[in-house]
Amino acid sequence: MNKLTLWFHQFGSPPTFYRVAGLLMPWCYGIGALLGAIALYGGLVLAPADYQQGDAFRIIFIHVPTAWMSLFIYFFMAVNAFISLVWRIKISETLAMASAPIGAAFTFICLVTGSLWGKPMWGTWWTWDARLTSELVLLFLYLGVIGLNNAIEDRRQAARAAAFLALIGVVNVPIVHFSVNWWNTLHQGSTVRLLGPSAITADMLWPLLMMMVATKFWYFGSLFSRSRLAVLELESGKDWVRRIALGASNS
Amino acid sequence: MSNFFAMGGYGFYVWTSYGVFLLVLLIDALAPMLRRRRVIALLRGRYRRDVGRGSRA
Repeated sequence: MNKLTLWFHQFGSPPTFYRVAGLLMPWCYGIGALLGAIALYGGLVLAPADYQQGDAFRIIFIHVPTAWMSLFIYFFMAVNAFISLVWRIKISETLAMASAPIGAAFTFICLVTGSLWGKPMWGTWWTWDARLTSELVLLFLYLGVIGLNNAIEDRRQAARAAAFLALIGVVNVPIVHFSVNWWNTLHQGSTVRLLGPSAITADMLWPLLMMMVATKFWYFGSLFSRSRLAVLELESGKDWVRRIALGASNS
Repeated sequence: MSNFFAMGGYGFYVWTSYGVFLLVLLIDALAPMLRRRRVIALLRGRYRRDVGRGSRA
């Protein structure tokens, strides 16, 4: 085996995963919180008010990063669901299932902040337009994956069924992303573009991008926290879990 | 300072948004930590019972 495959196999073994994830977790949370705090300061204090929307536009600094996360996490979950269905890798299964509640949380924040932004700007809390509706479908997909995973007694079987649902639901991800181009919607088009210049000034852009990085770190912190716990439960018959449960303090 | 909290009249919308954001992410971080305590306690109890049965037999 070459080095990479060897590393992959080692990381894929539950005790190693548990240990490495435990080392990375506090760093992810810490960096996420620190960058998030700086980004909030930049967004709420340093960035100037928008010439059209006044201070209401400041919701962008959480609305857009959480929207990106809702898609990113779904994609990450679907990739891991695919790996777990094809190669039956236990860790991928765990990562996919641990992603669902975090993705649901970010999608929920995105919908609520969007609603709070829509009321003063569009004059309505909600409208059934393409972007909003497909994002709501995304939330239901997350909830469906969580529900299915909890509904079946056997952990492995439950994860397989839920992974299958997660995989089918991935068609919704490009629909959410391109909905503002494909349909006439009330929702505005992309402000930040990978190709070409963004339609936003630099002192508004950097808090936005920093918050995007911060939410990624926070997600991985939460992902490691949740998947470690899932691994403990899944492997509760094994010696290494017994040693941890009996040895470690209650932290 | 009160200007800052007023957010040009949009204070309610802006601060509720940020409040929801922080609250939901805080719950997201706390939930697995609390569950972990329960799971460890549960496993510990189970392992101790197993050991107890083993010694009597």
